[in-house]
Amino acid sequence: MFQSLTLVIQALPNLLQGALVTLQLTALSVFLGLIGGSLIGIARLSPSGLLRWLTRAYVDFFRGTPLLVQIFMIYFGLPAAMNQLGLPFSLDRLVAAVMALSLNSAAYVAEIVRAGIQSIDPGQNEAAQSLGMGSTQTMRHIIFPQALQRMLPPLGNEFISLLKDTSLVAVIGFEELFRRGQLIVAGNYRAFEIYAAVALIYLVLTLLSSRAFSFLERWMDPVKRTGKANTKMAKLSQP
Amino acid sequence: MAAQSGIRQGHMVRITRLRFLRQFTFGLGGALILAACGNQTPTSSTSPASPGGDTLKVATEPAFPPFEAQGQGGELVGFDIELMNAVGEAAGFKPEFQSLPFDGIVPALQANTVDAAISAMTITPERAQTVSFSRPYFKAGLAIAVRENNQETQSLDNLKNKKIAVQIGTTGAEQANSISGAQVSTFDSAPLALQELLNGNVDAVINDAPVTLDAIKSGNLKGIKVVGQLVTEEFYGIAMPKSSQNLEKVNQGLNTVIQNGTYDKIYQKWFAAKPPELPETAPVDPPTP
Repeated sequence: MFQSLTLVIQALPNLLQGALVTLQLTALSVFLGLIGGSLIGIARLSPSGLLRWLTRAYVDFFRGTPLLVQIFMIYFGLPAAMNQLGLPFSLDRLVAAVMALSLNSAAYVAEIVRAGIQSIDPGQNEAAQSLGMGSTQTMRHIIFPQALQRMLPPLGNEFISLLKDTSLVAVIGFEELFRRGQLIVAGNYRAFEIYAAVALIYLVLTLLSSRAFSFLERWMDPVKRTGKANTKMAKLSQP
Repeated sequence: MAAQSGIRQGHMVRITRLRFLRQFTFGLGGALILAACGNQTPTSSTSPASPGGDTLKVATEPAFPPFEAQGQGGELVGFDIELMNAVGEAAGFKPEFQSLPFDGIVPALQANTVDAAISAMTITPERAQTVSFSRPYFKAGLAIAVRENNQETQSLDNLKNKKIAVQIGTTGAEQANSISGAQVSTFDSAPLALQELLNGNVDAVINDAPVTLDAIKSGNLKGIKVVGQLVTEEFYGIAMPKSSQNLEKVNQGLNTVIQNGTYDKIYQKWFAAKPPELPETAPVDPPTP
């Protein structure tokens, strides 16, 4: 027991460095995925049929194939195909990992954004237009702020999934949290202790991010922010 | 009258539909159970048929040709597989192969989820601390693979400050980590490390020589060559849980197979050469020139 503990403590600095890499990877991919996903989600509601079809195909492909396969395709498949065509091409590990993760997450975010926008009652749109707002103004001031609030919980889900999915890029030799753990086990064969420590670190990271998202949800709720009685309630319900 | 018969008919339709559904579910369930049994019959009927009656669960990572790989029908083929079958025949047990990732094999042996492992595993002092090895059954060594246009790499010394790809948990990975300034990337299997070299992301791959040579020979990896000679001398052993009771049996089987010429035949088939002399026990600290 004591030996296991010292083992974990010894491995901890190495694992925490890996956790930092995992966080960087998540932050980069979430940022790019949010931008890409929002654009695709809005494009899915566009009047242009071609645009709708293209974005639909994108979402179907990236949501319908396993992320692991996408990572392999981008990192090993893409350069191999290019080299066969006679084009020298190589992909940096980080670029490939971020590319795969953000392309995949963009597909999910797109659906969240589309659903969020569509969930706003059409009456809101009609009311805004009857007040003389243009379609961009309506989207910016009326529809999107309300939709964003509804999109937050599923976006939080997506963020946590992505955080855990970063462990998949270990297969291309990327030394994030999980691969560091694997490398330590390959050296000392203490599978239980090390993987338990890795799991615990992931758990801490996801718990922290789910807390951050519930804070964000409360902060963005206009009713809870302004109403006096409600702030009291919110304070009481806070742990 | 007409309405009544209509109702009755509707009733009957519902009854028949219900009956159909029930029969369908029963039928489906029965078929599933039969299928499940059908899957199990071969294993349960073959194991008692084998002489001695013992089955040993043997772990292997089938991504390491020519030692272990998957054949076209998904069956396991390779030097290790044939050798293990021969050893089992000689010692009176039946190996039942289980596919595991290489870095998961030693933990599986520790946890006793498998009884033995044959996976081109080098006998090293670190591994010998956690598992027991049989007598050596193969003499191998590490080799450096580079792209064909690489002229400057001749030995391990040339790999300082270079990028190297290796497989996780192998002796090649250990060797690469001991080179000063080298950037080492680890992959789950040997073919991935070689693909990384082919794609131009690393300068070299350090792995067991027979495997790299086979990959080049089989023609699936164009543009890769092996430089120089073996950089180390290593021996493969069959790994078993620490002080396993099967150790003696496996060693006996290996000795029989090596003495009666079966080993030579299998070696000839997979490597088209005469096997080198094997020591009785492995020098636990492999000499590194």
